[in-house]
Amino acid sequence: MFESLTDKLSSALRNLRGVGKLTEENMADALKEVRTALLSADVHFKVAREFIERVQTACVGQEVLKGVAPGQQIVKIINDELVRLLGEGTNELSSARPLKVLMVGLHGSGKTTSTAKLGKLLKKRGYRPFVVGCDVYRPAAIDQLEILAKQEELGFYSDRVSKDVPAIGAAGLAAAHAANADAIFFDTAGRLQIDSDLIEEVKKLRERIKPDEILLVADGALGQEAVNVAKAFHDALGLTGLILTKLDGDARGGAALSIKSITGVPIKFVGTGEKTADFDTFYPDRLASRILGMGDVVSLVERA
Amino acid sequence: MFGLFKKFKDGFSKTVAAISEKTRGIFGGRSIDASSLETLEEALYTADFGVATTEEILTEIKSAYKADKDLRGQQAAAIGSSVLKRVLAGSERELTQAPTGPTVIVMIGVNGSGKTTTSAKLAWLLKQDGKSVMLAACDTFRAAAVEQLKAWATRLDLPIVASHTGADAAAVAFDAMQAAKARGCDYLIVDTAGRLHTKSNLMDELAKIRRVLQKNDPTAPHHSWLVVDGSLGTNSIEQARVFHKSFGITGLVVTKLDGTSRGGAIVGIWRELKLPIYFLGLGEQPEDLQPFSAENYSKAVFGTE
Ligand SMILES: Nc1nc2c(ncn2[C@@H]2O[C@H](COP(=O)(O)OP(=O)(O)OP(=O)(O)O)[C@@H](O)[C@H]2O)c(=O)[nH]1
Ligand SMILES: Nc1nc2c(ncn2[C@@H]2O[C@H](COP(=O)(O)OP(=O)(O)OP(=O)(O)O)[C@@H](O)[C@H]2O)c(=O)[nH]1
Ligand SMILES: [Mg+2]
Ligand SMILES: [Mg+2]
Repeated sequence: MFESLTDKLSSALRNLRGVGKLTEENMADALKEVRTALLSADVHFKVAREFIERVQTACVGQEVLKGVAPGQQIVKIINDELVRLLGEGTNELSSARPLKVLMVGLHGSGKTTSTAKLGKLLKKRGYRPFVVGCDVYRPAAIDQLEILAKQEELGFYSDRVSKDVPAIGAAGLAAAHAANADAIFFDTAGRLQIDSDLIEEVKKLRERIKPDEILLVADGALGQEAVNVAKAFHDALGLTGLILTKLDGDARGGAALSIKSITGVPIKFVGTGEKTADFDTFYPDRLASRILGMGDVVSLVERA
Repeated sequence: MFGLFKKFKDGFSKTVAAISEKTRGIFGGRSIDASSLETLEEALYTADFGVATTEEILTEIKSAYKADKDLRGQQAAAIGSSVLKRVLAGSERELTQAPTGPTVIVMIGVNGSGKTTTSAKLAWLLKQDGKSVMLAACDTFRAAAVEQLKAWATRLDLPIVASHTGADAAAVAFDAMQAAKARGCDYLIVDTAGRLHTKSNLMDELAKIRRVLQKNDPTAPHHSWLVVDGSLGTNSIEQARVFHKSFGITGLVVTKLDGTSRGGAIVGIWRELKLPIYFLGLGEQPEDLQPFSAENYSKAVFGTE
């Protein structure tokens, strides 16, 4: 699948050999292939269109470089623009201490696992992490977090009786302070962005705990829906970052570009497996090649 | 078989509303024009239909538009809906019971797609239909996966065979099969651990579960369903392709369609693999499982109801 895309793009770009200047006309075929590539990588329709327009503007009028095929030149421009967009903002967490992090997202996106992963990471960096279980809905969600917290030796608080999520958050915060923790993570239930009751709930939780970071945890294979999800969560909560999970699969991850374009919030971490160690800081260049499905072409240009 | 169909209809209407909301603007009584065709293209792409299905629908609507410049939005919607229905023809499938012994259904899928919840919802549905059902907690890997299914079993008052985290999943499947047979259960629903299709060692574990089930009944498992998260995009097709190749999938359940995503990727799966769609997941409650209907789905996408 990846290969055929690269092939298609290369053949569309081959037609550009021998032209002196890039124009709207001579780039049309290539850009159409790029659009298809973006759409089949699950980049949102509108985001793909805007991206193509931007690339076109950047290309038109450029002299074709000597020693580089014009197609490759376009690929480089596309890649650079994508890397720039994806990499905007810092992938560092807030330096506040104690650091309070609220984890939110759709069902099954990887919030609980990522909470433990982040706790583990910050522990390695010398923090004293503490996790608070605020998912009172999913069966055994609290058990899941508690098991992971034990395994990683993180502080833990939850309440298996109460259904009052903001109160659980506040009590968890107090427990974390009492334990002298300086990195406190709040794991929340999966929720749909259109579920107004649950969105209200997490807003109230935010009011009570006043987090320094509000991270949207999104499945790397998310489809066009990513835009609606990100926008609604951002409008409701004011996101500060994104964690993209399950990148150990072969999803192209175009949703990340959609989310980034819609919210502007930086992508901070990526999940690369089920184990708590499978977690990485975010590198825009890797994701860009993945979305375009043409790492080989890009490296070709780099060498030229 | 589902005498309770009416009850579930309410759940589906939620989806209908969510889906048609998107297309209502285009598919009004107005005449179609170039800009509404573009909006239509956008609506189709943003439903995750992918390139092939989107182009097919667009081509038909465009040629109808060429023939009749006064084509109304509603007519265009009807065309779109009928193309979709045609593409999906044959994709519905009713759950059938094996002639003898427990009918074994294995739930398979990538991490977090909704296998455990679907296992519970399906068990509840069958129980409402008067069947006896047993659950098998074969996710022995993820933290508290066993506890999650156990919590469901308690809530729905269903028998369950479970071991501890770290136990051999195939051994649990074996015990569950024996227990289901001994009890004369109509159904055994096997929940498995989430696994990405790209990990071949984890695919081997599924094959082992199947071998063990077959020791008890050579015709088992009767159903191997891929549970697909309806909010995912084109990767669902790749998932289905690989799971089908390595395990022989017999059907699909599409979950999380109570949101605003329209799960269009299933159309791509159907086109390519012809795997029937048994159920749609429409929420986290036991009753939020709906038999799939190509007609309802096609109508819902285009808001033609
Ligand atoms: N392969 C892979 N699996 C992951 C990754 N992150 C999480 N998972 C798995 O995805 C599934 C869902 O993860 P959870 O952490 O339970 O997701 P959640 O968002 O807390 O789910 P809810 O609380 O139900 O909304 C589990 O099987 C995890 O092991 C990842 O980066 N790669
Ligand atoms: N809104 C909605 N949520 C769902 C649906 N089906 C499952 N969920 C939620 O999605 C999350 C993941 O569901 P699980 O059943 O744990 O998924 P799984 O495939 O068993 O996950 P792993 O075992 O970790 O791979 C949970 O929060 C469920 O409540 C659905 O149809 N609609
Ligand atoms: Mg969770
Ligand atoms: Mg599960």
